[in-house]
Amino acid sequence: MQDMDLLGPFVRLLDDVAVPAAVRALEAGGSIRPIWQVIVDSGYLDALVGEDRGGAGLALGEIAPLVEALGAHALPLPVADTMVARALLAEAGIAAPAGPIVLVSSLAQPVPGALLADHALVDTGMVVVLSPIAALDPQPTGVHGSVSAKLSGVPQGPSLARPAGGLRAVAAVLRAALIAGATARLTEMSAAYANERVQFGKPIGRQQALQQMLAVMAEDMIACRIAARMGASHGIAVPVHLAASAKITTSIAASRVAGSAHAVHGAIGISEEYDLQLLTRRLHEWRLAEGSEGYWSGLLGKARLDSAAPTVDWVRAEVFG
Amino acid sequence: MFDTLTLATLPEQDEALRSVVRDLVARHVAGISIDRRARSWQGFDAGFSRALGAAGLLGLTLPKAYGGQERGPFARFVVVEELLGAGAPVAAHWIADRQSAPLILHFGTEAQRQCYIPGICRGELLFCIGMSEPGSGSDLASVRTRAERTEKGWLLNGQKIWTSNAMHSDYMIALVRTSGTSDDRHAGLSQVIVDLKAPGVTVRPIVDLTGDAHFAEVFFDNVALGEDALIGREGEGWKQVGAELAFERSGPERIYSSVVLLDAWVRHLQAIGRNDCAPLVGRLTAELATLRAMSIACTARLAAGESPVVEASIVKDRGTGFEQELPLVIGDDLAAHPDEPVSEELYRTLLYVTHVAPSFSLRGGTREILRGIIARGMGLR
Repeated sequence: MQDMDLLGPFVRLLDDVAVPAAVRALEAGGSIRPIWQVIVDSGYLDALVGEDRGGAGLALGEIAPLVEALGAHALPLPVADTMVARALLAEAGIAAPAGPIVLVSSLAQPVPGALLADHALVDTGMVVVLSPIAALDPQPTGVHGSVSAKLSGVPQGPSLARPAGGLRAVAAVLRAALIAGATARLTEMSAAYANERVQFGKPIGRQQALQQMLAVMAEDMIACRIAARMGASHGIAVPVHLAASAKITTSIAASRVAGSAHAVHGAIGISEEYDLQLLTRRLHEWRLAEGSEGYWSGLLGKARLDSAAPTVDWVRAEVFG
Repeated sequence: MFDTLTLATLPEQDEALRSVVRDLVARHVAGISIDRRARSWQGFDAGFSRALGAAGLLGLTLPKAYGGQERGPFARFVVVEELLGAGAPVAAHWIADRQSAPLILHFGTEAQRQCYIPGICRGELLFCIGMSEPGSGSDLASVRTRAERTEKGWLLNGQKIWTSNAMHSDYMIALVRTSGTSDDRHAGLSQVIVDLKAPGVTVRPIVDLTGDAHFAEVFFDNVALGEDALIGREGEGWKQVGAELAFERSGPERIYSSVVLLDAWVRHLQAIGRNDCAPLVGRLTAELATLRAMSIACTARLAAGESPVVEASIVKDRGTGFEQELPLVIGDDLAAHPDEPVSEELYRTLLYVTHVAPSFSLRGGTREILRGIIARGMGLR
């Protein structure tokens, strides 16, 4: 299936249901059902499930643009997590529950989207367990507008084998793709706003200082897109070095792009009623989820220092594969 | 925005070139010190360039009819990556192979193609590019060097400066004014090919802050050029130069200029057995990996027959930023351990790259100009 055949209808679906008002309603504790039902009915949740098991049989790399679209809409529902979870469950012959599933690689820190999930697919380090979220006592973080939750306890439910690299690598690549989508939307919004907002008698986008900053935003946007798609290019069993490269690049860019987007928009961007903050809050959340740039840099650096190969050779073999 | 710049992969048949280059490079760079290898594409060795030509590793994007390999931009990416990764001295053929030959192929006459391209593919004809003048840096449209029509061709007067490798080159392709004045900006500019051995041409090397003399000033005093010196159309020079920029700005040379230093530092860390800087090594490795994928993505646009000038500016600006950060963070890491011995070779390499690094975001279009180009691509100007 071509990217565009897949992506176009998905973006239209999100344009319909994931409007800013709906995103705000989810953040305020509203029901997920209307949006979730549309997504379920679309069939996209089984995009990664094998064709022999009733899915579309797509590879993770093929759906990366869909995950970016979810990020661009700042949708807090764990749709991408659910896609991966359903593929892993189908592979293991376990019937998937109907609702949203979050991927959980650690109980130590808050999990994005967990307040909206019915189930969690938890990597215990030994096995992966499909647990009702209630068994993990999800607690709100107290952060305004966040649907992340702190989980605790012992996951209860059927278990399956861990994919290579565990859930953290694939979950990190999903966060990378979400960041890529959000940075793309923020770059477009910021360029458009810079062309509209007039100060000193001309659009602020005519100021070289703004142009230079927006150019760097565009560079970060492209870097995120390419790093995330590279991360997704080897399927759900994401090689750890590939996850590291994707999450490092996107996590560094996430902070920078959020900062620049706010700088361009000025005070209005800080206000709750303006949509910018839906994206920038999410960027910071995704940066911190599944290991920030610091976590993955340490891991990648240690592996690099263990090899006598020159850097370019090492990168070709160990990251590009 | 810039939607076509996306993940691309190097074709298998081009990857296969790697082993050919690798053998040749290994034999050649074995005796070159690390700080010499750190010259990257400023390292000059005419013999090595001829050896590359003989091995069929030049003219990879050019038609076989003119001595090229007819393989395309991906093959060139692979070969260049191998050369730069090892710090091989590639300056002799660099400009001719990357820019001059494609320019002559696209805009030159059949006679010009026959005359110059086969020699470039053999690594024998060396070119430089005459752009900057004392009064024209980033504002290239203000060039004053002038070629006046004569009965037999053109009469060239003026001066170029900061021309890389002019003292080693056989020819210069110069951007000159053939009509109007600098007030006419882009109109009236043309590209001419100048034999640097012609009477009236004076080339004076300029020593840089590292003690190297890789660039030069070039004076033209009533230099008589033939009718066939004009490349492309009279008055179209600006447009033709624009088409070159995508070749000039997207390649691995915009991400690998400091990679010899990076490797030397990693070997130092391994020898000393220290890994407290693993997070820094990891971050730099990830940034390099992403830049490589971005450069390949841009190469894919070239391979598709496009001229991705904005996309190439994105790769170059980000790539040179990375190249410039390397000597600074590596210097900090080494000096943050003042009781740890550092080899003289590594120290020289570090300081060479540190000193020359500001040029990375000057050559081939400054950072500020590139960001302006990107901003225009975003609809901001």
